[in-house]
Amino acid sequence: MSDYNFAYLDEQTKRMIRRAILKGLAVPGYQVPFASREMPMPYGWGTGGVQVSAAVMVPEDRFKVIDQGADDTTNAVSIRKFFERTAGVETTEETAQASVIQTRHRIPETPLNEDQILVYQVPIPEPLRFLEPRETETRKMHSLEEYGLMHVKLYEDISQHGAIATSYAYPVKVEGRYVMDPSPIPKFDNPKLSGCPAIQLFGAGREQRIYALPPYTRVASLDFEDYPFDPSKADHPCDLCGAEDSYLDEVITDDAGGRMFACSDTDYCRARREAGHAGPRATAQHEEAGA
Amino acid sequence: MTPLLQVRNITKHYGARLGCGDVSFDLYPGEVMGIVGESGSGKSTLLGCLAGQLAPDAGEVLFDTRAEGPRDTLTMSEPERRMLSRTDWAFVHQHARDGLRMGVSAGGNVGERLMAVGARHYGDIRAQAVDWLGRVEISADRVDDRPTAFSGGMQQRLQIARNLVTGPRLVFMDEPTGGLDVSVQARLLDLLRGLVREMGLSAIIVTHDLAVVRLLADRLMVMKDGHVVETGLTDQVLDDPQHGYTQLLVSSVLQV
Repeated sequence: MSDYNFAYLDEQTKRMIRRAILKGLAVPGYQVPFASREMPMPYGWGTGGVQVSAAVMVPEDRFKVIDQGADDTTNAVSIRKFFERTAGVETTEETAQASVIQTRHRIPETPLNEDQILVYQVPIPEPLRFLEPRETETRKMHSLEEYGLMHVKLYEDISQHGAIATSYAYPVKVEGRYVMDPSPIPKFDNPKLSGCPAIQLFGAGREQRIYALPPYTRVASLDFEDYPFDPSKADHPCDLCGAEDSYLDEVITDDAGGRMFACSDTDYCRARREAGHAGPRATAQHEEAGA
Repeated sequence: MTPLLQVRNITKHYGARLGCGDVSFDLYPGEVMGIVGESGSGKSTLLGCLAGQLAPDAGEVLFDTRAEGPRDTLTMSEPERRMLSRTDWAFVHQHARDGLRMGVSAGGNVGERLMAVGARHYGDIRAQAVDWLGRVEISADRVDDRPTAFSGGMQQRLQIARNLVTGPRLVFMDEPTGGLDVSVQARLLDLLRGLVREMGLSAIIVTHDLAVVRLLADRLMVMKDGHVVETGLTDQVLDDPQHGYTQLLVSSVLQV
Protein backbone atom coordinates (compact mmCIF):
# COMPACT_ATOMS: atom_id res chain seq x y z
CA MET A 1 0.00 0.00 0.00
CA SER A 2 1.19 3.50 -0.73
CA ASP A 3 0.94 6.76 1.14
CA TYR A 4 -2.09 7.88 -0.85
CA ASN A 5 -5.45 8.09 0.82
CA PHE A 6 -7.58 5.14 -0.29
CA ALA A 7 -8.41 5.65 -4.00
CA TYR A 8 -6.35 8.87 -4.21
CA LEU A 9 -9.10 11.41 -3.36
CA ASP A 10 -9.47 12.70 0.20
CA GLU A 11 -12.54 11.64 2.15
CA GLN A 12 -14.28 15.04 1.98
CA THR A 13 -14.00 15.08 -1.79
CA LYS A 14 -15.40 11.58 -2.00
CA ARG A 15 -18.33 12.60 0.18
CA MET A 16 -19.00 15.56 -2.10
CA ILE A 17 -18.96 13.30 -5.16
CA ARG A 18 -21.16 10.71 -3.46
CA ARG A 19 -23.74 13.40 -2.71
CA ALA A 20 -23.77 14.32 -6.41
CA ILE A 21 -24.11 10.64 -7.34
CA LEU A 22 -27.03 10.15 -4.96
CA LYS A 23 -28.77 13.18 -6.36
CA GLY A 24 -28.14 11.91 -9.88
CA LEU A 25 -29.64 8.54 -8.97
CA ALA A 26 -32.67 10.26 -7.45
CA VAL A 27 -33.29 12.27 -10.63
CA PRO A 28 -32.29 9.89 -13.45
CA GLY A 29 -30.74 11.65 -16.43
CA TYR A 30 -30.37 15.02 -14.67
CA GLN A 31 -26.89 16.53 -14.85
CA VAL A 32 -25.70 17.29 -11.32
CA PRO A 33 -22.90 19.86 -11.05
CA PHE A 34 -19.99 18.82 -8.83
CA ALA A 35 -16.65 20.33 -7.88
CA SER A 36 -14.41 18.32 -10.18
CA ARG A 37 -10.86 17.97 -8.84
CA GLU A 38 -7.55 18.23 -10.57
CA MET A 39 -6.45 14.63 -11.24
CA PRO A 40 -2.96 13.37 -12.11
CA MET A 41 -3.99 12.90 -15.74
CA PRO A 42 -5.13 15.31 -18.42
CA TYR A 43 -8.78 16.19 -19.07
CA GLY A 44 -10.16 13.95 -21.75
CA TRP A 45 -8.43 10.90 -20.29
CA GLY A 46 -11.28 9.97 -18.01
CA THR A 47 -10.90 12.32 -15.06
CA GLY A 48 -14.68 12.33 -14.51
CA GLY A 49 -14.91 8.56 -14.58
CA VAL A 50 -11.88 8.20 -12.30
CA GLN A 51 -13.37 10.53 -9.69
CA VAL A 52 -16.69 8.66 -9.74
CA SER A 53 -14.89 5.30 -9.51
CA ALA A 54 -12.82 6.59 -6.60
CA ALA A 55 -15.94 7.77 -4.78
CA VAL A 56 -17.82 4.47 -5.10
CA MET A 57 -14.87 2.13 -4.59
CA VAL A 58 -14.42 0.05 -1.41
CA PRO A 59 -11.37 -2.11 -0.59
CA GLU A 60 -13.29 -5.35 -1.38
CA ASP A 61 -14.06 -4.26 -4.95
CA ARG A 62 -12.67 -5.93 -8.02
CA PHE A 63 -12.00 -3.31 -10.68
CA LYS A 64 -12.08 -3.51 -14.47
CA VAL A 65 -11.33 -0.75 -16.98
CA ILE A 66 -12.15 -0.83 -20.67
CA ASP A 67 -11.35 1.67 -23.38
CA GLN A 68 -13.38 1.22 -26.58
CA GLY A 69 -14.15 -2.26 -25.25
CA ALA A 70 -10.50 -3.26 -24.85
CA ASP A 71 -8.71 -4.00 -21.56
CA ASP A 72 -5.24 -3.56 -22.98
CA THR A 73 -5.18 -0.05 -24.46
CA THR A 74 -3.21 2.83 -22.96
CA ASN A 75 -6.10 4.53 -21.24
CA ALA A 76 -7.42 1.32 -19.71
CA VAL A 77 -4.02 0.12 -18.55
CA SER A 78 -3.04 3.43 -16.96
CA ILE A 79 -6.32 3.85 -15.07
CA ARG A 80 -6.18 0.23 -13.87
CA LYS A 81 -2.60 0.77 -12.65
CA PHE A 82 -3.64 4.01 -11.01
CA PHE A 83 -6.19 2.28 -8.80
CA GLU A 84 -3.94 -0.73 -8.18
CA ARG A 85 -1.44 1.70 -6.74
CA THR A 86 -3.67 4.20 -4.93
CA ALA A 87 -6.45 1.89 -3.71
CA GLY A 88 -4.76 -1.50 -3.70
CA VAL A 89 -7.95 -3.10 -5.04
CA GLU A 90 -7.94 -6.29 -7.05
CA THR A 91 -8.30 -5.86 -10.78
CA THR A 92 -9.65 -8.16 -13.43
CA GLU A 93 -10.29 -8.28 -17.15
CA GLU A 94 -13.34 -10.52 -16.81
CA THR A 95 -16.60 -8.61 -16.93
CA ALA A 96 -18.48 -11.14 -14.81
CA GLN A 97 -15.83 -11.01 -12.05
CA ALA A 98 -15.72 -7.21 -11.73
CA SER A 99 -17.77 -5.23 -9.22
CA VAL A 100 -16.84 -1.79 -10.56
CA ILE A 101 -16.25 -1.32 -14.30
CA GLN A 102 -15.01 1.96 -15.67
CA THR A 103 -15.63 2.32 -19.37
CA ARG A 104 -14.84 4.62 -22.23
CA HIS A 105 -17.16 4.42 -25.26
CA ARG A 106 -18.57 0.89 -24.76
CA ILE A 107 -20.92 -1.21 -22.67
CA PRO A 108 -19.55 -4.76 -22.15
CA GLU A 109 -21.22 -7.49 -24.23
CA THR A 110 -21.61 -9.77 -21.20
CA PRO A 111 -24.86 -8.80 -19.45
CA LEU A 112 -24.27 -6.95 -16.17
CA ASN A 113 -25.84 -7.90 -12.84
CA GLU A 114 -27.22 -6.15 -9.76
CA ASP A 115 -23.93 -6.31 -7.87
CA GLN A 116 -22.07 -4.26 -10.44
CA ILE A 117 -21.51 -0.55 -11.05
CA LEU A 118 -20.71 0.71 -14.54
CA VAL A 119 -18.87 4.05 -14.61
CA TYR A 120 -18.79 5.97 -17.90
CA GLN A 121 -16.22 8.57 -18.90
CA VAL A 122 -18.10 11.46 -20.48
CA PRO A 123 -16.46 14.17 -22.59
CA ILE A 124 -19.54 16.39 -23.19
CA PRO A 125 -22.54 15.69 -20.97
CA GLU A 126 -24.90 18.17 -22.62
CA PRO A 127 -26.79 16.53 -25.52
CA LEU A 128 -28.03 19.94 -26.72
CA ARG A 129 -24.57 21.56 -26.70
CA PHE A 130 -24.00 21.69 -30.46
CA LEU A 131 -27.54 22.84 -31.15
CA GLU A 132 -27.74 25.54 -28.49
CA PRO A 133 -24.40 26.86 -27.26
CA ARG A 134 -25.76 28.81 -24.26
CA GLU A 135 -25.64 26.78 -21.04
CA THR A 136 -28.28 29.03 -19.43
CA GLU A 137 -30.61 28.23 -22.30
CA THR A 138 -29.98 24.46 -22.36
CA ARG A 139 -30.62 24.24 -18.63
CA LYS A 140 -33.90 26.03 -19.15
CA MET A 141 -34.75 23.67 -22.00
CA HIS A 142 -34.11 20.67 -19.74
CA SER A 143 -36.15 22.08 -16.89
CA LEU A 144 -39.08 22.94 -19.17
CA GLU A 145 -38.76 19.71 -21.19
CA GLU A 146 -38.34 21.59 -24.45
CA TYR A 147 -36.68 18.94 -26.56
CA GLY A 148 -37.96 19.82 -30.04
CA LEU A 149 -34.47 20.92 -31.00
CA MET A 150 -33.04 17.45 -30.44
CA HIS A 151 -35.33 16.15 -33.16
CA VAL A 152 -34.22 18.96 -35.47
CA LYS A 153 -30.79 17.35 -35.35
CA LEU A 154 -32.24 13.96 -36.32
CA TYR A 155 -34.37 15.63 -39.02
CA GLU A 156 -31.23 17.16 -40.49
CA ASP A 157 -29.57 13.75 -40.51
CA ILE A 158 -32.39 12.20 -42.50
CA SER A 159 -32.71 15.11 -44.91
CA GLN A 160 -29.00 15.02 -45.68
CA HIS A 161 -28.15 11.32 -45.46
CA GLY A 162 -31.47 9.54 -45.95
CA ALA A 163 -31.23 7.96 -42.52
CA ILE A 164 -30.37 9.00 -38.98
CA ALA A 165 -26.62 9.20 -39.40
CA THR A 166 -25.79 9.75 -35.73
CA SER A 167 -23.97 6.53 -34.91
CA TYR A 168 -22.54 7.24 -31.46
CA ALA A 169 -23.54 9.48 -28.53
CA TYR A 170 -27.06 8.85 -29.77
CA PRO A 171 -29.46 10.88 -27.57
CA VAL A 172 -31.82 9.02 -25.26
CA LYS A 173 -34.80 9.95 -23.13
CA VAL A 174 -34.72 8.67 -19.56
CA GLU A 175 -38.01 7.55 -17.98
CA GLY A 176 -39.91 9.83 -20.35
CA ARG A 177 -38.33 12.92 -18.83
CA TYR A 178 -34.71 14.01 -19.30
CA VAL A 179 -32.90 13.80 -22.62
CA MET A 180 -29.41 12.47 -21.92
CA ASP A 181 -26.15 11.99 -23.76
CA PRO A 182 -25.16 8.36 -23.15
CA SER A 183 -21.47 9.33 -23.63
CA PRO A 184 -19.97 8.38 -27.00
CA ILE A 185 -21.02 4.72 -26.92
CA PRO A 186 -22.02 3.32 -30.33
CA LYS A 187 -25.78 3.37 -30.84
CA PHE A 188 -25.52 -0.43 -30.97
CA ASP A 189 -25.09 -0.25 -27.18
CA ASN A 190 -28.10 2.00 -26.56
CA PRO A 191 -30.60 -0.83 -25.97
CA LYS A 192 -28.32 -2.14 -23.18
CA LEU A 193 -28.80 1.11 -21.24
CA SER A 194 -32.46 0.36 -20.72
CA GLY A 195 -33.54 -1.96 -17.93
CA CYS A 196 -29.94 -2.65 -16.95
CA PRO A 197 -29.67 -4.38 -13.52
CA ALA A 198 -26.39 -2.61 -12.73
CA ILE A 199 -26.06 0.98 -11.51
CA GLN A 200 -24.81 3.22 -14.32
CA LEU A 201 -22.90 6.37 -13.37
CA PHE A 202 -21.65 9.04 -15.76
CA GLY A 203 -18.80 11.39 -14.85
CA ALA A 204 -17.64 14.40 -16.87
CA GLY A 205 -14.50 15.84 -15.25
CA ARG A 206 -13.79 18.87 -17.37
CA GLU A 207 -17.48 19.81 -17.62
CA GLN A 208 -18.00 19.09 -13.89
CA ARG A 209 -21.19 17.09 -14.24
CA ILE A 210 -22.35 13.74 -12.87
CA TYR A 211 -25.49 11.94 -13.95
CA ALA A 212 -26.82 8.47 -13.34
CA LEU A 213 -29.22 5.71 -14.24
CA PRO A 214 -30.49 3.62 -11.33
CA PRO A 215 -31.02 -0.12 -12.00
CA TYR A 216 -33.88 -1.05 -14.34
CA THR A 217 -34.38 2.49 -15.64
CA ARG A 218 -36.38 2.81 -18.86
CA VAL A 219 -34.20 4.46 -21.50
CA ALA A 220 -35.56 5.14 -24.99
CA SER A 221 -33.51 6.25 -27.99
CA LEU A 222 -35.05 9.23 -29.79
CA ASP A 223 -36.39 8.63 -33.28
CA PHE A 224 -39.18 9.37 -35.76
CA GLU A 225 -42.25 7.20 -36.24
CA ASP A 226 -41.33 6.57 -39.87
CA TYR A 227 -37.57 6.36 -39.17
CA PRO A 228 -37.35 4.14 -36.07
CA PHE A 229 -34.16 3.77 -34.08
CA ASP A 230 -31.82 1.16 -35.55
CA PRO A 231 -28.95 -0.15 -33.36
CA SER A 232 -26.77 -1.04 -36.31
CA LYS A 233 -23.31 -2.62 -36.42
CA ALA A 234 -20.94 -3.90 -39.10
CA ASP A 235 -22.76 -6.63 -41.05
CA HIS A 236 -20.16 -9.31 -40.43
CA PRO A 237 -19.29 -11.97 -37.86
CA CYS A 238 -16.17 -11.54 -35.71
CA ASP A 239 -13.17 -12.89 -37.64
CA LEU A 240 -11.60 -14.26 -34.47
CA CYS A 241 -14.44 -15.75 -32.42
CA GLY A 242 -17.26 -15.89 -34.97
CA ALA A 243 -19.70 -13.89 -32.80
CA GLU A 244 -22.63 -12.50 -34.78
CA ASP A 245 -24.08 -10.41 -31.96
CA SER A 246 -21.19 -8.29 -30.74
CA TYR A 247 -20.00 -4.84 -31.78
CA LEU A 248 -17.05 -5.05 -34.18
CA ASP A 249 -13.93 -3.02 -34.84
CA GLU A 250 -12.72 -2.86 -38.42
CA VAL A 251 -8.96 -3.46 -38.45
CA ILE A 252 -6.83 -2.63 -41.47
CA THR A 253 -4.27 -5.43 -41.82
CA ASP A 254 -2.05 -4.39 -44.73
CA ASP A 255 -1.55 -1.76 -47.42
CA ALA A 256 -3.43 -3.77 -50.05
CA GLY A 257 -6.91 -3.16 -48.70
CA GLY A 258 -6.89 -6.18 -46.40
CA ARG A 259 -9.09 -5.84 -43.37
CA MET A 260 -10.71 -7.88 -40.68
CA PHE A 261 -13.52 -7.43 -38.18
CA ALA A 262 -12.96 -8.26 -34.55
CA CYS A 263 -15.04 -7.85 -31.38
CA SER A 264 -14.33 -4.51 -29.77
CA ASP A 265 -14.98 -6.18 -26.39
CA THR A 266 -11.68 -8.07 -25.98
CA ASP A 267 -12.79 -9.96 -22.87
CA TYR A 268 -15.92 -11.24 -24.62
CA CYS A 269 -13.90 -12.33 -27.65
CA ARG A 270 -11.24 -14.08 -25.55
CA ALA A 271 -13.85 -15.93 -23.48
CA ARG A 272 -15.59 -17.15 -26.63
CA ARG A 273 -12.35 -18.37 -28.19
CA GLU A 274 -11.41 -20.17 -24.97
CA ALA A 275 -14.83 -21.84 -25.09
CA GLY A 276 -13.96 -23.21 -28.52
CA HIS A 277 -15.70 -20.74 -30.85
CA ALA A 278 -13.69 -19.74 -33.88
CA GLY A 279 -14.14 -17.21 -36.66
CA PRO A 280 -12.93 -17.49 -40.27
CA ARG A 281 -9.46 -16.09 -39.49
CA ALA A 282 -8.89 -17.46 -36.02
CA THR A 283 -6.28 -20.04 -37.11
CA ALA A 284 -4.37 -17.65 -39.34
CA GLN A 285 -4.19 -15.23 -36.44
CA HIS A 286 -2.91 -18.00 -34.20
CA GLU A 287 -0.14 -18.96 -36.62
CA GLU A 288 0.94 -15.33 -36.94
CA ALA A 289 1.18 -15.11 -33.20
CA GLY A 290 3.18 -18.34 -33.09
CA ALA A 291 5.60 -17.23 -35.82
CA MET B 1 -66.55 39.90 -29.22
CA THR B 2 -63.62 39.30 -26.86
CA PRO B 3 -60.47 41.12 -27.84
CA LEU B 4 -57.61 38.72 -28.63
CA LEU B 5 -55.20 40.91 -26.73
CA GLN B 6 -55.96 43.53 -24.11
CA VAL B 7 -53.04 45.70 -23.13
CA ARG B 8 -53.41 47.76 -19.96
CA ASN B 9 -51.00 50.46 -18.77
CA ILE B 10 -47.77 48.82 -19.85
CA THR B 11 -44.81 50.73 -18.40
CA LYS B 12 -41.16 49.84 -18.71
CA HIS B 13 -38.20 51.82 -17.37
CA TYR B 14 -34.55 51.29 -18.13
CA GLY B 15 -33.10 52.54 -14.86
CA ALA B 16 -34.32 56.11 -14.58
CA ARG B 17 -35.04 56.36 -18.29
CA LEU B 18 -38.50 55.63 -19.65
CA GLY B 19 -38.76 52.83 -22.23
CA CYS B 20 -42.47 53.06 -22.79
CA GLY B 21 -45.10 54.57 -20.54
CA ASP B 22 -48.71 53.73 -19.78
CA VAL B 23 -49.66 52.10 -23.08
CA SER B 24 -53.14 50.59 -23.37
CA PHE B 25 -55.04 49.19 -26.34
CA ASP B 26 -57.25 46.30 -27.48
CA LEU B 27 -56.54 44.09 -30.46
CA TYR B 28 -59.42 42.12 -31.95
CA PRO B 29 -59.18 38.84 -33.89
CA GLY B 30 -58.20 39.42 -37.50
CA GLU B 31 -57.01 42.94 -36.82
CA VAL B 32 -53.61 44.32 -37.74
CA MET B 33 -52.20 47.05 -35.55
CA GLY B 34 -49.31 49.20 -36.64
CA ILE B 35 -46.97 50.93 -34.22
CA VAL B 36 -44.89 53.71 -35.74
CA GLY B 37 -42.42 56.18 -34.34
CA GLU B 38 -38.83 57.24 -34.70
CA SER B 39 -35.85 55.33 -33.33
CA GLY B 40 -35.84 55.35 -29.55
CA SER B 41 -39.56 56.07 -29.27
CA GLY B 42 -40.13 52.86 -27.31
CA LYS B 43 -41.93 50.83 -29.95
CA SER B 44 -39.58 47.84 -29.84
CA THR B 45 -39.61 47.96 -26.03
CA LEU B 46 -43.39 47.81 -26.13
CA LEU B 47 -43.33 44.87 -28.54
CA GLY B 48 -40.83 43.06 -26.34
CA CYS B 49 -43.09 43.54 -23.31
CA LEU B 50 -46.13 42.24 -25.18
CA ALA B 51 -44.32 39.20 -26.56
CA GLY B 52 -42.96 38.19 -23.17
CA GLN B 53 -39.35 38.93 -24.02
CA LEU B 54 -39.05 41.84 -21.60
CA ALA B 55 -40.62 42.13 -18.18
CA PRO B 56 -42.57 45.42 -17.88
CA ASP B 57 -42.52 47.31 -14.56
CA ALA B 58 -46.29 47.65 -14.48
CA GLY B 59 -49.38 46.74 -16.47
CA GLU B 60 -51.27 43.76 -17.79
CA VAL B 61 -51.27 41.86 -21.08
CA LEU B 62 -54.45 39.77 -21.30
CA PHE B 63 -54.37 37.18 -24.07
CA ASP B 64 -57.49 35.24 -25.02
CA THR B 65 -56.15 31.68 -24.65
CA ARG B 66 -57.89 28.81 -26.43
CA ALA B 67 -58.49 26.81 -23.27
CA GLU B 68 -59.13 29.30 -20.49
CA GLY B 69 -60.15 32.60 -22.05
CA PRO B 70 -58.34 35.88 -21.27
CA ARG B 71 -55.29 35.42 -19.05
CA ASP B 72 -52.51 37.78 -18.02
CA THR B 73 -49.43 36.51 -19.83
CA LEU B 74 -47.15 38.42 -17.46
CA THR B 75 -48.26 36.38 -14.43
CA MET B 76 -48.30 33.08 -16.32
CA SER B 77 -45.66 30.51 -15.41
CA GLU B 78 -42.73 30.40 -17.77
CA PRO B 79 -43.55 26.98 -19.30
CA GLU B 80 -47.04 28.25 -20.16
CA ARG B 81 -45.68 31.43 -21.69
CA ARG B 82 -43.06 29.58 -23.72
CA MET B 83 -45.74 27.15 -24.87
CA LEU B 84 -47.82 30.10 -26.07
CA SER B 85 -44.87 31.59 -27.87
CA ARG B 86 -44.38 28.46 -29.94
CA THR B 87 -48.03 27.68 -30.63
CA ASP B 88 -50.39 30.68 -30.63
CA TRP B 89 -47.79 33.39 -31.00
CA ALA B 90 -45.20 34.11 -33.62
CA PHE B 91 -42.37 36.62 -33.65
CA VAL B 92 -40.83 37.87 -36.87
CA HIS B 93 -37.52 39.58 -36.22
CA GLN B 94 -36.10 42.45 -38.22
CA HIS B 95 -32.96 40.47 -38.94
CA ALA B 96 -33.76 37.00 -40.22
CA ARG B 97 -30.56 35.80 -38.54
CA ASP B 98 -32.12 36.42 -35.12
CA GLY B 99 -35.15 34.33 -35.96
CA LEU B 100 -33.57 31.47 -37.91
CA ARG B 101 -31.10 28.74 -37.12
CA MET B 102 -28.46 29.47 -39.70
CA GLY B 103 -26.78 26.08 -39.36
CA VAL B 104 -29.97 24.12 -39.99
CA SER B 105 -31.61 23.51 -43.39
CA ALA B 106 -34.72 25.44 -44.45
CA GLY B 107 -36.86 22.36 -43.88
CA GLY B 108 -35.43 21.90 -40.40
CA ASN B 109 -36.08 25.55 -39.61
CA VAL B 110 -39.73 25.26 -40.58
CA GLY B 111 -40.07 21.86 -38.91
CA GLU B 112 -38.61 22.96 -35.57
CA ARG B 113 -41.86 24.43 -34.26
CA LEU B 114 -43.76 21.33 -35.33
CA MET B 115 -41.27 19.09 -33.55
CA ALA B 116 -41.37 21.37 -30.51
CA VAL B 117 -45.11 20.72 -30.16
CA GLY B 118 -44.66 16.97 -30.53
CA ALA B 119 -44.66 16.07 -34.25
CA ARG B 120 -42.62 12.87 -34.60
CA HIS B 121 -43.33 11.74 -38.16
CA TYR B 122 -40.54 12.74 -40.53
CA GLY B 123 -42.64 12.42 -43.69
CA ASP B 124 -45.42 14.63 -42.34
CA ILE B 125 -43.01 17.25 -41.01
CA ARG B 126 -41.22 17.41 -44.32
CA ALA B 127 -44.45 17.61 -46.32
CA GLN B 128 -45.62 20.52 -44.19
CA ALA B 129 -42.26 22.24 -44.52
CA VAL B 130 -42.37 21.94 -48.33
CA ASP B 131 -45.97 23.17 -48.36
CA TRP B 132 -45.02 26.24 -46.32
CA LEU B 133 -41.95 26.97 -48.40
CA GLY B 134 -44.27 26.98 -51.40
CA ARG B 135 -46.62 29.43 -49.72
CA VAL B 136 -43.78 31.89 -49.14
CA GLU B 137 -42.53 31.40 -52.70
CA ILE B 138 -39.42 29.37 -51.96
CA SER B 139 -39.13 26.47 -54.40
CA ALA B 140 -39.28 22.95 -52.99
CA ASP B 141 -35.80 22.05 -54.22
CA ARG B 142 -34.29 24.52 -51.73
CA VAL B 143 -35.74 22.63 -48.76
CA ASP B 144 -32.39 21.10 -47.80
CA ASP B 145 -30.34 24.27 -48.29
CA ARG B 146 -29.21 26.29 -45.33
CA PRO B 147 -30.46 29.85 -44.86
CA THR B 148 -26.88 31.06 -45.32
CA ALA B 149 -27.32 30.19 -49.01
CA PHE B 150 -30.47 32.34 -49.24
CA SER B 151 -30.82 36.00 -50.21
CA GLY B 152 -32.03 38.51 -47.61
CA GLY B 153 -35.58 38.48 -48.93
CA MET B 154 -35.70 34.69 -49.00
CA GLN B 155 -34.38 34.51 -45.44
CA GLN B 156 -37.12 36.85 -44.32
CA ARG B 157 -39.77 34.76 -46.10
CA LEU B 158 -38.31 31.61 -44.57
CA GLN B 159 -38.58 33.22 -41.16
CA ILE B 160 -42.23 33.95 -41.80
CA ALA B 161 -42.88 30.35 -42.89
CA ARG B 162 -41.12 29.05 -39.80
CA ASN B 163 -43.31 31.21 -37.60
CA LEU B 164 -46.65 30.53 -39.25
CA VAL B 165 -46.37 26.76 -39.64
CA THR B 166 -48.06 26.00 -36.33
CA GLY B 167 -51.02 28.23 -37.21
CA PRO B 168 -50.53 31.01 -34.65
CA ARG B 169 -53.30 33.52 -33.93
CA LEU B 170 -51.12 36.48 -33.05
CA VAL B 171 -47.99 37.57 -34.90
CA PHE B 172 -45.52 40.13 -33.58
CA MET B 173 -43.42 41.73 -36.29
CA ASP B 174 -40.44 43.96 -35.64
CA GLU B 175 -39.58 45.91 -38.81
CA PRO B 176 -40.28 42.91 -41.07
CA THR B 177 -39.18 44.75 -44.20
CA GLY B 178 -36.20 46.58 -42.73
CA GLY B 179 -33.01 46.30 -44.75
CA LEU B 180 -34.67 44.92 -47.87
CA ASP B 181 -34.69 46.76 -51.18
CA VAL B 182 -38.02 48.18 -52.33
CA SER B 183 -38.99 45.57 -54.93
CA VAL B 184 -38.29 42.75 -52.48
CA GLN B 185 -40.17 44.72 -49.83
CA ALA B 186 -43.18 45.03 -52.09
CA ARG B 187 -43.36 41.28 -52.71
CA LEU B 188 -42.90 40.53 -49.03
CA LEU B 189 -45.72 42.94 -48.16
CA ASP B 190 -47.95 41.31 -50.76
CA LEU B 191 -47.20 37.94 -49.26
CA LEU B 192 -47.82 39.13 -45.71
CA ARG B 193 -51.07 40.80 -46.68
CA GLY B 194 -52.26 37.60 -48.37
CA LEU B 195 -51.34 35.42 -45.38
CA VAL B 196 -52.93 37.77 -42.87
CA ARG B 197 -56.22 37.79 -44.80
CA GLU B 198 -56.18 34.08 -45.63
CA MET B 199 -55.37 32.85 -42.11
CA GLY B 200 -57.33 35.53 -40.28
CA LEU B 201 -54.23 36.47 -38.30
CA SER B 202 -54.03 39.25 -35.81
CA ALA B 203 -50.75 41.09 -35.97
CA ILE B 204 -48.83 43.84 -34.28
CA ILE B 205 -46.33 45.43 -36.61
CA VAL B 206 -43.63 47.75 -35.39
CA THR B 207 -42.03 49.84 -38.09
CA HIS B 208 -40.78 53.29 -38.95
CA ASP B 209 -41.91 52.84 -42.54
CA LEU B 210 -45.28 54.52 -43.06
CA ALA B 211 -45.82 52.81 -46.41
CA VAL B 212 -45.71 49.42 -44.69
CA VAL B 213 -48.41 50.32 -42.21
CA ARG B 214 -50.55 51.97 -44.87
CA LEU B 215 -50.59 48.63 -46.73
CA LEU B 216 -50.88 46.23 -43.82
CA ALA B 217 -52.37 47.87 -40.77
CA ASP B 218 -56.02 48.52 -39.97
CA ARG B 219 -55.20 50.72 -37.03
CA LEU B 220 -52.22 52.82 -36.15
CA MET B 221 -50.53 53.92 -32.96
CA VAL B 222 -47.94 56.70 -33.10
CA MET B 223 -45.29 56.73 -30.36
CA LYS B 224 -42.92 59.44 -29.29
CA ASP B 225 -40.54 59.42 -26.31
CA GLY B 226 -42.17 56.33 -24.85
CA HIS B 227 -45.74 57.59 -25.02
CA VAL B 228 -48.57 57.03 -27.47
CA VAL B 229 -49.34 60.43 -28.96
CA GLU B 230 -52.03 59.44 -31.44
CA THR B 231 -54.16 56.42 -32.35
CA GLY B 232 -56.81 55.82 -34.97
CA LEU B 233 -57.63 54.12 -38.24
CA THR B 234 -54.57 54.01 -40.45
CA ASP B 235 -55.95 56.09 -43.30
CA GLN B 236 -57.38 58.61 -40.88
CA VAL B 237 -54.11 59.09 -39.02
CA LEU B 238 -52.01 59.28 -42.16
CA ASP B 239 -54.36 61.53 -44.16
CA ASP B 240 -55.38 63.83 -41.35
CA PRO B 241 -52.74 63.75 -38.62
CA GLN B 242 -53.75 65.67 -35.52
CA HIS B 243 -50.69 65.62 -33.28
CA GLY B 244 -47.77 67.82 -34.19
CA TYR B 245 -45.32 64.94 -34.19
CA THR B 246 -47.55 62.83 -36.47
CA GLN B 247 -47.81 65.76 -38.86
CA LEU B 248 -44.03 65.98 -38.91
CA LEU B 249 -43.72 62.23 -39.45
CA VAL B 250 -46.19 62.17 -42.34
CA SER B 251 -44.71 65.21 -44.02
CA SER B 252 -41.19 63.79 -43.70
CA VAL B 253 -41.88 60.94 -46.11
CA LEU B 254 -39.90 61.44 -49.28
CA GLN B 255 -42.05 61.80 -52.36
CA VAL B 256 -40.63 60.27 -55.49
